[in-house]
Amino acid sequence: MAGLWFTDEHEWVRVEGDTGVVGISDYAQKQLGDMVFVELPAVGRKVSKGGEAAVVESVKAASEVYAPVSGEVVEVNGALAGNPAAVNEDPYGDGWMFRLRLSDSGELAGLMDRAGYEEYVKGLG
Amino acid sequence: MKTTPLDALHRELGARMVPFAGYSMPVQYPAGIIAEHQHTRAAASLFDVSHMGQGTLGGADAAAALETLVPGDIVGLKPGRTRYTLFTDGNGGILDDLMVTRTEGHLFLIVNASRKEADFAHLRAGVGARCKVEELTGRALLALQGPQAVAVMARLAPGAASMGFMSAATLVLNGEACFITRSGYTGEDGFEISVAASGVEALARWFLEQPEVRPAGLGARDSLRLEAGLCLYGNDIDTGTTPVEAGLTWVIGKRRREEGGFPGAGTILRQLAEGTGRRRIGLAILDRVPARSHAPIVASDGQPVGEVTSGGFSPTLDRPVAMGYVKAAHAAPGTEVGVMVRDVARRAVVTEMPFVAHRYYRG
Repeated sequence: MAGLWFTDEHEWVRVEGDTGVVGISDYAQKQLGDMVFVELPAVGRKVSKGGEAAVVESVKAASEVYAPVSGEVVEVNGALAGNPAAVNEDPYGDGWMFRLRLSDSGELAGLMDRAGYEEYVKGLG
Repeated sequence: MKTTPLDALHRELGARMVPFAGYSMPVQYPAGIIAEHQHTRAAASLFDVSHMGQGTLGGADAAAALETLVPGDIVGLKPGRTRYTLFTDGNGGILDDLMVTRTEGHLFLIVNASRKEADFAHLRAGVGARCKVEELTGRALLALQGPQAVAVMARLAPGAASMGFMSAATLVLNGEACFITRSGYTGEDGFEISVAASGVEALARWFLEQPEVRPAGLGARDSLRLEAGLCLYGNDIDTGTTPVEAGLTWVIGKRRREEGGFPGAGTILRQLAEGTGRRRIGLAILDRVPARSHAPIVASDGQPVGEVTSGGFSPTLDRPVAMGYVKAAHAAPGTEVGVMVRDVARRAVVTEMPFVAHRYYRG
């Protein structure tokens, strides 16, 4: 989980060059439960930090996934259409959702590193 | 927040607890909703439904008195038999759905947790002068559901195996006198077990030690009842829906249709004769997007024709299903409609319910 940056809404972003790969945290997938559908953004869509970018549907409910940073969607994880459970099984790997070309890498400074996020989650009880 | 007598056991089992009808209840255990759902269909699951209301109506006049509040045939209910019925209001709306069992000397009632306070007040006001209304607050309720539930029950009480579907017996389980009905709300064979709160934890632990049995939470209970096409009070039925609109006309006894004498009989009997403008239907969602409660249902031309009242994912069918109400012209099975999810119309087809065939014990 090196190089992961977290939001307080439980998204993560892993920076790779001028892009960032986005998913939801292990804590988030455990809270939401079994995933049955993931609605991904269209490639080419511009999202802004904190804006709605994707929707995860568990057996119980739909939940929004917010963009951890601003940018343009350049790739989505099409494999989730056939296997949404990857979000549960491998949230930091096969469960990734989309890749953004970052428009302002300075926004990363406002996110939590892993240790900070784990501390934050502990505080949620 | 109220708790059931199994609160400590749920936490020990690693349940995720959520508020439901004023109670802290397990929505799922570590296995997860889909695994708990599938285990119920394949083997047997133990559900804590102690939040539900239990009570009795005592006295010779109890059955006739209860008939003034429900459209079911209660006078004709034989001792040891259980029946699903509805409290209706003066407009023909549904105040709650409940199970009624006739035992020697009284009627035993199980009502929804969210409605129990209102239901017992309604009973006291409506029939309190004709029979003794007693809420049983010191009892817990377990549901053991699934095709292997009978084998498990027979291990404790051989007599359970020969009980007919929707019949009742008082049997000693694990040293506790239990009031048992062969019933449930999952579409599977199974039992509901009313037991003194003080004895429920030992009994639950005994069940969970059996190789067939695993715990299941409210999440699986909801997806199981949805597959079985069964209504959830507050979602699929309420005071804004009548038994005829809801497709629950089978609860209205033959004699009651002729005699009336229940709240809302004028509206309900007229609807039975003339039909209704809207009906409860099942929907198979063809896209993989679950449609949730309150999603608008639209015709092929985009015009709104109804609304989803319960929706989710069917683990058995591996696709989303829903139920809701549509205008009668769109209610025929096979009718193609759309359901609006996040402003996009997703394809759906009106489908017969249950979505997954019931497997009740038929002797």
